[in-house]
Formats: sequence, C-alpha cells, structure tokens
Amino acid sequence: MSGPDTMPDFRPDPATMTAEALAAAFRDGTTTASANVAATLARIARVDGAVNAFTDVLAERAGARAAALDAARARGEPCGPLAGVPFAVKNLFDIAGLPTRAGSKINRDRAPAARDGALVRRMEAAGAILVGGLNMGEYAYDFTGENVHDGPTRNPHDLGRMSGGSSGGSGGAVGAGLVPIALGSDTNGSIRVPSAFCGCFGLKPTYGRLTRAGSFPFVGSLDHLGPMARNVTDLALSYDAMQGPDPDDPVATTRVADAVLPGLAEGLAGLRVAVAGGYFARGGDAEAFVAVAKVAQALGATRSVEIPEAARARAAAYLITAAEGAALHLDRLRTRGHDFDPAVRDRLIAGAMIPAPLVERAQRFRRWYRSAVLDLFREVDVILAPATPCRAPRSGQATFVLDGVTLPVRANVGVFTQPISFIGLPVVAVPVRLDDGLPLGVQVVAAPWREDLALRVAYQLERDGIVRAPVANL
Amino acid sequence: MSEPNDSPRGGLDAYIDAAAGLLAIPLDPAWIGAIGSNLAVLRAAAAHVAEFPLPDEAEAAPVYEA
Repeated sequence: MSGPDTMPDFRPDPATMTAEALAAAFRDGTTTASANVAATLARIARVDGAVNAFTDVLAERAGARAAALDAARARGEPCGPLAGVPFAVKNLFDIAGLPTRAGSKINRDRAPAARDGALVRRMEAAGAILVGGLNMGEYAYDFTGENVHDGPTRNPHDLGRMSGGSSGGSGGAVGAGLVPIALGSDTNGSIRVPSAFCGCFGLKPTYGRLTRAGSFPFVGSLDHLGPMARNVTDLALSYDAMQGPDPDDPVATTRVADAVLPGLAEGLAGLRVAVAGGYFARGGDAEAFVAVAKVAQALGATRSVEIPEAARARAAAYLITAAEGAALHLDRLRTRGHDFDPAVRDRLIAGAMIPAPLVERAQRFRRWYRSAVLDLFREVDVILAPATPCRAPRSGQATFVLDGVTLPVRANVGVFTQPISFIGLPVVAVPVRLDDGLPLGVQVVAAPWREDLALRVAYQLERDGIVRAPVANL
Repeated sequence: MSEPNDSPRGGLDAYIDAAAGLLAIPLDPAWIGAIGSNLAVLRAAAAHVAEFPLPDEAEAAPVYEA
C-alpha cells in the first residue's frame, strides 16, 4: 500500500493552467504565487529549448514578485484579479533593466529600459507576474515567427512548422503552456496570425484602446497591443486589467475603461452575425473557409456581407507600413544596414523610397474605407472572416500555393488580417480544430469600441465547444 | 516611379540609386536586387490604391480614430 509520499500527484500542473484557474487557486489558498512561478520556470526549462519562445527569463524578478504577493495574501491584503498569474511579453515591451530589443540585433545597444512598459505595469498592478520577454520577428515586420538573430519560434503543435509572427514567441509560449497569457503587438495581423497558427485566442483591440507607451513602435498609424491566451476569460481578465487612458500614448483613447468580463456570458441574443464574403471567401485553402463556416453555423449566421474594397485596403496598409516603418528606421538604415535581418532591411529601404504622394493617397483612402466599412455595422454587429489563408507553413517555407497561385509566404500570410486592422476594428481570433491536424483561426470582428461583442461571441463559441485551445503535447 | 519596362526589376535600378543618394542610405550592391523586388511590389500596391477615385475634399484624418 502506498503511503502519502509515494502517491502519484494528480493535481494539475500550475504551469499549464489557465489564468482564471490560477487566480482562483491563489485566492482560495490552493496554491501560492511562488509555486506557480516555480512550476512555470520548470516548464520553460524543460520545453522551451524546443519551442524557442523566450529570449529572456526573469527568474529572480518573478520569484521576488511572487514572494511579495504571497506575503501580501498572508497579511490579508487584496492582491488583484490576476494575482499569482505568470505572464510574458513580446520583447518590444519595455522591461526594466533590459534593452528593448524588438527582435533586433541593433537595439541590444540601447540603454536598459528605466521602467516597465505601461501594459506590463497594469498587468502587475492586477497581481500578474512577469516571467520573461518573448521572441519576435525583427522590428515586428514579419508574419512567420522567424528571427535571424534569435532563431525561429517553432510551432508548439508541430515543431517543424512556423509559429506565425510577428508575435511568434507569444503564440508559442501560450500554445506550449509556458504561460497562460502573453502580450503581443499587431500592426497588420501580428497577434491574429500566431494565434491562428499556434491555436490560441488573441485579442487585437480597437486602435487606441490599449496604451502603447513603453513599447517599441513599428507603424504608429497601425500599431496595436493586446493579449493572447488559451481561453476567452483570460483574454477578458487581462484586457480589463490593461484598459484606461494614458497621456503617454498620443493615440490612446480618453474613454474610460469599459470592463468586458461582467457581460462575457450574456450570449448571442440580439446579435446580428454575418460572414465576410467576396475578398474574404477566396484566395485561401478550402479548409480556411470551412473553419469560418463551422463557426458561422454554430452561431446560426446565414447572412453574408461584402467588405468593400478590401484588396485595396490591404494594398494601402502595405504601403503605409513600408513607408512609416522606413521613416522610423531611417537613421539605422543609414548607419547599421548590415546589422538588420536582410529581409527586413530590404523592405524598409524600398519603403523609404516610396514617393510621399503615394503614401498620402493611401492615408486618404483609409478614411474613405473606414466610413464605408462602418456603414456595414449599421446592419450587423459581428463579421466573421478567416484569420489566415492556410494552416501553419513549414519552417523556412518561402512560397505557398493559394487558389492555384504561387505566392511568397512572408507577404501573404496576412492577406485576411490587414484589411481589418487597417481601420483599427477590434477582433478576437478564435482557434478552430477541424481534425487532429494543426489549428486554424477565425476572426470575430466588431465595430470600433465593441470588443465586448467580439468577446461575447468568442466566449459562446468556446462554451459550445466549437473553439478551443488545448496545451500542445510537448 | 514610372511604368515598368522589360528589365528584371522594372527599370527601378536607376531610381533606387538616385533615391538612396537622396536619402543618404549607403547601399551594398548585393542588396539592390531584393530592394528592387520589394519596390516593384510597393509600386503595384500604390497603383492599385491610386486607381480608386477620391474627391479632392477627402482628407486623411489628422488624428485617426477607429
């Protein structure tokens, strides 16, 4: 007969629990923040050699923070809705004491950040514990999750496949069960693409909703920050913790925080859901559209809407990205050209050479397009679209065939995400599993400032078992 | 950025050379092929955007709000 010392431990590994479960376990005393951090660090040590999601592991800092939380709880002090929950951030977020590398070699010469980025501070104010910085495509100009300096983040569900990018480390870390929540950035799809490839939930909020202060920029006109997680409640918990005005970000909204968690389970009653047709119904593998159809059927959505001029919107986003990105990096292109990832450098130099009137035209078109798309939201509340045109390509794969046309992977993975982020619409990317193979993502798109609706729909889909994000078997 | 011609990079080499001088970006000759390919894609994107008729009064948003 086995004694207590030899009984197998059937308790769930804190390293692979959701934030919701970890926070509940911390509140009721089932676990400690220190135990959560220890389990997380152990899993990172065991698994991340294969995935390569982390570029910096903050063991000492996380341990100290966890001990402080445990002590606060012992004193009976309130510790916040995310107390005891480990999280990590794409390495373009400032982390006090580290140079903000943003996936580059060049930025490693920067002075260490004097303090954490605003969203890191807000997460920690809610009780969460930062455990590390995450791999990313250089300067966020990437859809693959590959990085010539730090190596690629590998897809946790198939290590021979891409994680997607540019928040590849964020997708890899969440999919691999290394952290329950990771923060990423999304300029043209960089939260939604790795969410789709790595089988996670991702929230790209409305442009201006979450402050970008204390993060390394890419394209000011299009940059967003947001969370990735393995369930919708964790997205909502972290999103609510991060909302609120911030004078340090010139485009941050002055709206007061609009908490989504209380209404998350309100269901679909009264919501008008449609599927994006036209541009969003072609140019991808059939299974990308099957995933959308599966979600639509579960929601009872039979209506289709056409987002006007989506191809032109993508082209305009492409131009603005190249030109603004080049303007940001012009001095580095002049002095450090050989230190860039060549694929990034060559695109940025080309971007620097676009005549200004062509970029201004794209910005003027953006305003027209915004108005045209907002008209659609008079008739519908939520629009469904594929997140990517295919499942995760193989690592290093340069081209793929979509609708019989051979195209470069790097430039075309974001074909369905770019027209949405171009005008800052909020999106929840939800992971769909059609079979035992790799996941696919579907975008749940809402009108500006209606993150609540997209999250409500995602929550209902999760509750009905249509979308899910299991930890990768590693 | 004139119309493409028959050269592999659509006649952009001379433009790239001139623009690099204007921008004070020193170019390694080995980069020019990839820069040209990228610029050709951007030119096509710009042409696609420019085909869309916009009234003169359609201004870009000074402060963009979603």
